[in-house]
Amino acid sequence: MGAALIAELPALPLHTAGKYVAAAYVVLFALVLIYVSIMAVRMSRIERELAELLQDAESHADPAGPASAEDVRRPESTPA
Amino acid sequence: MRRTVAALLRKELLVELRTLESVPGMSLFAVTTFVVFHFALNRSSVEGDLASGILWVTLLFAAILGVNRLFVADADQGGFDGFLLAPVDRSAMLVAKALTLLAYLVVLELVAVPAFALLLLGPPLGGAMPDLVGVLLLGDLGVAAVGTLVAALAVRTRARDLLGPLLALPLLVPIVIGGARATSPLFALAHPAGPAARWLLTLGLYDLVFGLIAYAVFDFLLED
Amino acid sequence: MSSPSRPASGAAETSQRPRGGGALYGSGLRTLSIATVAVMTLGLALVFFYAPLEAEQGFLQKIFYVHVPLAIVALGGFVIGGLLAIQHLRTRDPRWDMRSYVAIHMSLIFGVGALITGSIWAKGSWGHWWVWNEPTLVSFLIVFLLYATYQPLRFAIEDPERQARYASVFAITAGAFVPMNFIAVRLSTAYLHPRVLGGTSSLPGSMALTFMVCLAGIALLFATLCKYELTAKHTRAQVRALRRRLAGESATTQARRPRSAAPTLNPAATMSARAAGRPG
Repeated sequence: MGAALIAELPALPLHTAGKYVAAAYVVLFALVLIYVSIMAVRMSRIERELAELLQDAESHADPAGPASAEDVRRPESTPA
Repeated sequence: MRRTVAALLRKELLVELRTLESVPGMSLFAVTTFVVFHFALNRSSVEGDLASGILWVTLLFAAILGVNRLFVADADQGGFDGFLLAPVDRSAMLVAKALTLLAYLVVLELVAVPAFALLLLGPPLGGAMPDLVGVLLLGDLGVAAVGTLVAALAVRTRARDLLGPLLALPLLVPIVIGGARATSPLFALAHPAGPAARWLLTLGLYDLVFGLIAYAVFDFLLED
Repeated sequence: MSSPSRPASGAAETSQRPRGGGALYGSGLRTLSIATVAVMTLGLALVFFYAPLEAEQGFLQKIFYVHVPLAIVALGGFVIGGLLAIQHLRTRDPRWDMRSYVAIHMSLIFGVGALITGSIWAKGSWGHWWVWNEPTLVSFLIVFLLYATYQPLRFAIEDPERQARYASVFAITAGAFVPMNFIAVRLSTAYLHPRVLGGTSSLPGSMALTFMVCLAGIALLFATLCKYELTAKHTRAQVRALRRRLAGESATTQARRPRSAAPTLNPAATMSARAAGRPG
């Protein structure tokens, strides 16, 4: 390798080094994307739970106030 | 504080003398391991780096055995509760247990090092003894501090026998590095020399840092 | 409504946050993530369009700009996890334990990234997937092995308060271990061989600038992901609390929560205290 300092690199040279460098940056990209997908799964779960809770709250709203404690024990409101 | 430590230390050593739970096991383990190494490496004598490594690894694993058993009696038989009720400084338990472990390690080495010299070590030990004792002592201090902390951490979890070694081994790597590198010139066949100062400094620094840390955090483990 | 009295369960955050939780972690997340995108994009552009080719290793050296920042940020994250744990032990506020947990978790992930990219670099320059004479990689392996026990340790303790306490003790010890281990390994490898992957000292100006920007980008990424994680956990805790409120706060709901290694916030106590204070 010459000692010349190249100021601009227009494109990836496709010799072996390129593959390793690409692999390393892909690792970074993959880590972030995997994290994003995990968060997406969690987000959809929260959305579903909130929708359920909203339904519960609305059905509570008719007979009495929303915070009436002993009123109804819904079976579906206690999944782990 | 000093009296508490003395009292606790006396109790620990008395219990060990009567039940002989830890030290004979550790020593026997070390000697057996040397025999295993002989067969595994297919060598009758080792020297230099290899000798140093074998000695330290064996001592490390034997120490882990001791670490595993250190708090077991207290956890199972309510020793913690009794101690917490007494109006004493809680760090006294750390100091006492660490000194106990140190004592175990010293006895272990009194058995293991001659066994090693007899079974596996090529070059004669004679002149290197004071240096070796010094390095071993520095290493023992670090193992005692970290080992006691890890033992206290692991003993009241569900997988205590597994977590203890898993936690202790990475934490003790700097001691292995410092100790093995320091003793390797002592076991050299051709030009035996003294231990390099940098390794002694590493061991010393480790002992200081982890001694202080163990002292600082130990209380939090005993709260309930 | 004044700040509610401390409930018996000991959830310490009630006296600090009179509202039921609010945007505890989410505020500022947007700014942080935009900053992360900007800096990382700039960093990537600098790496491929500005930084000169290195004399010895050529194009392969570009991995340096992703591997070393990952390593530095992961190590920093472990130490920060220890500092946060100190705060937890001092204040007994479970939120500090949560932050410590997230920092360590994220550092572990970044650490895996550092190990993989370091391995790729080793393969490219030496032909082996693993080399023992690169102290960063080796000390990382040891640190990784240590922190990999963090989750099993937490999982092995059922009582959440004790779990948090023991985890904090571990985080402090391990956090102090990270620099100590680095020194020891560095000493032992430099003794034998010259460093394979090259250090960061004596970098020419343009490379140094690129490196700094990449380091900043990865550090911001770490901060963003941690904040994101904390926001998600807090949201989940609030949803659970809401569910408990709507179900009438039965005791069985409380006990039904499965054993977990992750700390959970408990805004339920906050919300019930708040509702009790209101006239109705």
